[in-house]
Amino acid sequence: MSIFVNKNSRVIVQGMTGTEGTKHTRRMLASGTVIVGGVTPGKGGQVVDIDGHQLPVFNSVSEARSATGADASVVFVPPKFAKAAVIDAIDAGMPLVVVITEGIPVHDTAAFYAYAVAKGTTRILGPNCPGIITPGESNIGIIPADIAGKGPIGLVSKSGTLTYQMMFELRDIGFSTAVGIGGDPIIGTTHIDCLRAFQDDPETEAIVMIGEIGGDAEERAAAFIKANVTRPVVGYVAGFTAPEGKTMGHAGAIVSGSSGTAQGKKDALEEAGVQVGQTPSETARIMRALLNR
Amino acid sequence: MDLFEYQARDLFEKHGVPVLAGAVATTADEAQAAAAKIGGKVVVKAQVKVGGRGKAGGVKLAEDAQDAREKSSAILGMDIKGHIVNKVMIAQAAPIDSEYYLAILLDRSNRTFLIMASVAGGMDIEQVAHETPEKLIKVPVNSNQGLSKSEALKIVADAKFPADIAEQVADTLLLIWKVFTSEDATLVEINPLVKTTDGRIIALDGKVTLDDNAGFRHPDHEALIDESAADPLEALAKAKNLNYVKLEGQVGIIGNGAGLVMSTLDVVAYAGEKFGGVKPANFLDIGGGASAQVMADGLSIILGDPDVKSVFVNVFGGITSCDAVANGIVQALEMLGSKATKPIVVRLDGNNVLEGRRILNEAKHPLVQQLDTMDGAASRAAELAAK
Repeated sequence: MSIFVNKNSRVIVQGMTGTEGTKHTRRMLASGTVIVGGVTPGKGGQVVDIDGHQLPVFNSVSEARSATGADASVVFVPPKFAKAAVIDAIDAGMPLVVVITEGIPVHDTAAFYAYAVAKGTTRILGPNCPGIITPGESNIGIIPADIAGKGPIGLVSKSGTLTYQMMFELRDIGFSTAVGIGGDPIIGTTHIDCLRAFQDDPETEAIVMIGEIGGDAEERAAAFIKANVTRPVVGYVAGFTAPEGKTMGHAGAIVSGSSGTAQGKKDALEEAGVQVGQTPSETARIMRALLNR
Repeated sequence: MDLFEYQARDLFEKHGVPVLAGAVATTADEAQAAAAKIGGKVVVKAQVKVGGRGKAGGVKLAEDAQDAREKSSAILGMDIKGHIVNKVMIAQAAPIDSEYYLAILLDRSNRTFLIMASVAGGMDIEQVAHETPEKLIKVPVNSNQGLSKSEALKIVADAKFPADIAEQVADTLLLIWKVFTSEDATLVEINPLVKTTDGRIIALDGKVTLDDNAGFRHPDHEALIDESAADPLEALAKAKNLNYVKLEGQVGIIGNGAGLVMSTLDVVAYAGEKFGGVKPANFLDIGGGASAQVMADGLSIILGDPDVKSVFVNVFGGITSCDAVANGIVQALEMLGSKATKPIVVRLDGNNVLEGRRILNEAKHPLVQQLDTMDGAASRAAELAAK
């Protein structure tokens, strides 16, 4: 088992014919992901050869979906066109849309998120996220597939490179699924969505949750854990040294006034019974101790 | 990007939000001329992106242009909570009857937009929310449905605005919704929104935050960037397209990915506790493509910071390949030559790490030392900075 994606996931790549799209389609194929085609408006009807895989290109997600039976899409189109691409996927009733694109205006994200909620048939992951991997089964996005294998840990993180770092730290134990939810102010899938799914996944024995400054998602996740999660959760929060009012790389990573501080998030998590590590390595050690590994 | 009050005023005027005459001045001469042009009594307001300027003496009423000159002269150069006043706004004075509050903002928690309205204007709204929450109403707005006149009127009525101004306030709300959506803002706030003694509704002070990601559809927003505020190193980094934030410490930091770099700062500060409180000197994310040029640009900015005593390069190669990072470091040091004088601690892991480590080992640069773990490398960098 796993959450959101598995070996049966059939994936289309929106923006597959672009430089980034092609590069990452190749990587996803190499890690065993079942890619069934791509979407680039205006290029429908072409067939692209990527490392020996003949991949059909469609003009729209609905065409791609009816021709291939795809149940997930991954978006690599540039920020300017991302909103139209995601709306196209929602209109096609795509169950999972993973938005890798960084730099999408938040009004565009607000619009496609509200649209997805109104339709009620699409889960959006991201934007500005590294994607999701169920090791050995499916890898949708840009997470390197060779860091860690299958195992009992569920991982949810706002940050891409911290996801990689944590997978590396715990590579000998392995992961059920690792999800990068993204660092933008509005994201489609939250820590809570992932915690709920990991709680319900029989193969996930323990959960690592990585947060960072900005917003109140970690505080809300802490309240959710206290009320609903019985599996052990280990936490890490980045951004203790970030000054107020300065954006730290991610559009959403900003401390404003007394809200969004790393200390506040750590306190909330500890209050909910989550052990929080001081560094990524210490966080990994806590997880090892919990699993007796 | 947070705007100055005068920039918010100009943006309001552009979209028809009622404002008073106002102009920005950077010298007492300009202030006097602006006040003469507006005529009558004016208010001289320090332009700083921080609250509490009134209490700090940054807002003064002036009787005439000569007085505006003197008041501006006193306010320009003031330090308000660490912000130096480089500009004042000269605004027409208005007889105020009542003060209200209106705002539209991005509500991250609920992943939507939020309208806030209150008849308790002119105060810190967080204080209103805390002490008299019944006086602040909050209404979510769906991005795809927008705001209608009847909804605006209902919000105004629910917030208990007096009936005689309800129509004008609702119209103002619709206008700031237009500012919010058409300018890609994440915050538009009027505090206070005033009713003058002759019954007009005016936005007397405004705060606007614009979404930097939406710059591609607003070429005019670039002119709103405050070049004077940026630290010189931050300005240099920006010109090189690097994501850099100057901090107060001694260990220069270079890493890849916002989360890992933030974490690196924390780990260095944590390790630094053992070495007399050494702290990170900056945030610098070189992103996905760590070419030699990007590494050289990053290293030269960090080595150009006189506060920096040691450098910590912390990279986990996901897409980025460690051999490219290692080559980048070697070539950067060649380019910098004798300008590079500070010890550089490098920790590489991930994609093609063995090749990356081999390249650095073979280069045998006297300033570079490699450590295997992030915590160990942070500790070494802190130790070197403390020497």
